[in-house]
Amino acid sequence: MEQGPAGGSAAAAAAAGTGGLLLPLSESEQQRYSELFSRCCPPPEAAAGGSSVGELFRASQLPPDTLHQITEVCGAKRVGYFGPAQFYIALKLIAAAQSGFPVRIESIKNELPLPRFMALKNDSEVRYGTPAELHGVKFQVPHATLEKNSYKRTDEGDKQEPKSPPMSPICSPPASPSTYQRIPLSYGYGKSRSGLEQQHAAPYEVRHSAHQQDGPSSGNYGPKPALASSTLNRSLSAEREQPESSAHYSDDPWRITEEQRDYYINQFRSLQPDLNSFISGSVAKNFFTKSKLPIPELSHIWELSDVDCDGALTLPEFCAAFHLVVARKNGYQLPETLPETLQPEYLQAASLKPMRDCALFDSYSESLPGGQQARDFSRTEKASAEEVPDNSALLQDAKKEDKQALKVSTPLKTIPKEFQHLTVKTAAQESNALRARPRSRSYSSTSIEDAMKKGEEPPTPPPRPQKSHSRASSLDLNKIFQQNAQAVRSGWLPPPPPALPPRPSVSQEVVLAQPPSKPTRRKLRTETQGLETPELSPTINVTSSLPAVKPHLPVQKQSSKQKRAIQTAIRKNKEANAVLARLNSELQQQLKEVHKERIALETQLEQLRPVTVL
Amino acid sequence: VLLSIICSPPQNYPLYIRSIPTENELKFHYTVHTSLDVVDEKISAMGKALVDQRELYLGLLYPTEDYKVYGYVTNSKVKFVMVVDSSNTALRDNEIRSMFRKLHNSYTDIMCNPFYNPGDRIHSRAFDNMVNSMMMQVC
Repeated sequence: MEQGPAGGSAAAAAAAGTGGLLLPLSESEQQRYSELFSRCCPPPEAAAGGSSVGELFRASQLPPDTLHQITEVCGAKRVGYFGPAQFYIALKLIAAAQSGFPVRIESIKNELPLPRFMALKNDSEVRYGTPAELHGVKFQVPHATLEKNSYKRTDEGDKQEPKSPPMSPICSPPASPSTYQRIPLSYGYGKSRSGLEQQHAAPYEVRHSAHQQDGPSSGNYGPKPALASSTLNRSLSAEREQPESSAHYSDDPWRITEEQRDYYINQFRSLQPDLNSFISGSVAKNFFTKSKLPIPELSHIWELSDVDCDGALTLPEFCAAFHLVVARKNGYQLPETLPETLQPEYLQAASLKPMRDCALFDSYSESLPGGQQARDFSRTEKASAEEVPDNSALLQDAKKEDKQALKVSTPLKTIPKEFQHLTVKTAAQESNALRARPRSRSYSSTSIEDAMKKGEEPPTPPPRPQKSHSRASSLDLNKIFQQNAQAVRSGWLPPPPPALPPRPSVSQEVVLAQPPSKPTRRKLRTETQGLETPELSPTINVTSSLPAVKPHLPVQKQSSKQKRAIQTAIRKNKEANAVLARLNSELQQQLKEVHKERIALETQLEQLRPVTVL
Repeated sequence: VLLSIICSPPQNYPLYIRSIPTENELKFHYTVHTSLDVVDEKISAMGKALVDQRELYLGLLYPTEDYKVYGYVTNSKVKFVMVVDSSNTALRDNEIRSMFRKLHNSYTDIMCNPFYNPGDRIHSRAFDNMVNSMMMQVC
């Protein structure tokens, strides 16, 4: 590391980009700087290559804050590229910072030691070789700042190399004001703060740079993702480990990766806490306007993503829209039609997986032929009120729901979302009735009511199922269930002292019986089969554990208890059947009534239609 | 030959104009402009029945070139005007009505877009596609 002679500034003065400030450079400084500059920017390029400059800056081992500041101060931000003047000033500033001076123009007027760069000794490293394959495009500061984002991952800079050439021509049109606004936001990435959103933002950023041919995929949405954490860097590195896992997605820019999806979902939550509801048009407009895309483009994005044209975005629609915005910011042209991977149906199906993993016990789902259905139901239960149902579809919903209650193996995907959510709601009611889960019961009832309010269909039906079903019968069943549980427990208790040892195991069995039913509760199975198997399983548990207990208990009592348990199960099933049958008949009636009304309205309409002129 | 125009109240300036083929466009514009008066007249005529679902306007047959001008008014007083060539006798009333209905539906879809300010010109690609396909069908 050469330390230039302290005194004797030489004649060479660099005309600084900062308002004509003349910067005296010592000979050694000048030599060093020009050497560095030529390394970063082999002639005949006029400007230094972005990544190489970034690498160099990073090698100075200054914190990212400082580097950003330096970039700003040296004027590269303003002009948008690192010309020789900016470069020299930046180097001087680096030297100043390394010596402990604040990053200011004033500080570099003094004599300073040369800036120190780690690993500069290895000049022949490939690192500088590859950046030297220059794009022939002006370095854009956002690019460097993006690399500063991935502060510790120098290889990412390399990876970005080949991608930036195709990107930059597209991105160079954006006016410098947009460059400016990207930079402060990207600065935020470099800074170390904490926050959940930032972590999501970061993987989203990284994901983009890794997978999409991008450059300044800056954190758009204003203050929200502005701050990243040191954990950000860690998460970045963690994220970088996985890029290859989703590498097969990288060729399809319209495919949403998991991290992106999570980020979108979090953003959705910030706008609308209920994931199953939708974002209204104005809210979405404000949100997407922050992305600083031109209004016509936003308008087009909206058109593409709001497939049902209701002026509101459900979660998949929102993800699609967000993804399109992101893609556009990265330089992709917007498609004319919505790509298949961004269709709401596709996104809903895709969102199946993460929901499933976190919620369910797979053993139960696999045991059912309608297991797929069950999973879908659980997912749609979570996403159930996603769209305001087409209310003409409400009729068919009622019908379909009956069919599904009776048949098990209706393929779910063919049923449009509206059906799903309504069937799941009634399913939720049924399962609630049996599982005594007040929380989801109220949820389903309110969502039904919401749907009805928005519906065009004249009021009638849906309140009815609730009253008859969720309240009355559910309470009964609730009591019965508890009674059964009581009975079972009490059944176990009377065994005389000789049976004492088995009691703990007995209680275990009862406890075992409870947890298996819990996951099924969450799964919200609608099929009667679904209702039955959990019923059977506790009994199976009981019966299977019985042999273990056998030696301790008298045989007769065992079998009677078995019988009792089975009878309980049978009774419950019968009740469930009765409830479902009642529901079925009620819905059929409602269907008929609505049909009649519809016919009446249609005839009225025909009558009222004005006679044609001429 | 087909030309469709959407005009919005209150000043009746056009939000969207599309014509096939593109020559003599100015003449069509003029025609549409004059027909707006007739449309307004019709609206005010049936003042009681506020909701005028569709109105079929058959008129303005010029002596030299004959073509028909159809009008349609939505609930919000947005006027759709269509000019078709009379030589195109294949076009029946129902078809015109269905075309207007399609226009109306697409227009409402545009309205749903929060980024669209009512009163702006319509630049939606989806709308353009729809209108183009409609016109292709006719010509």
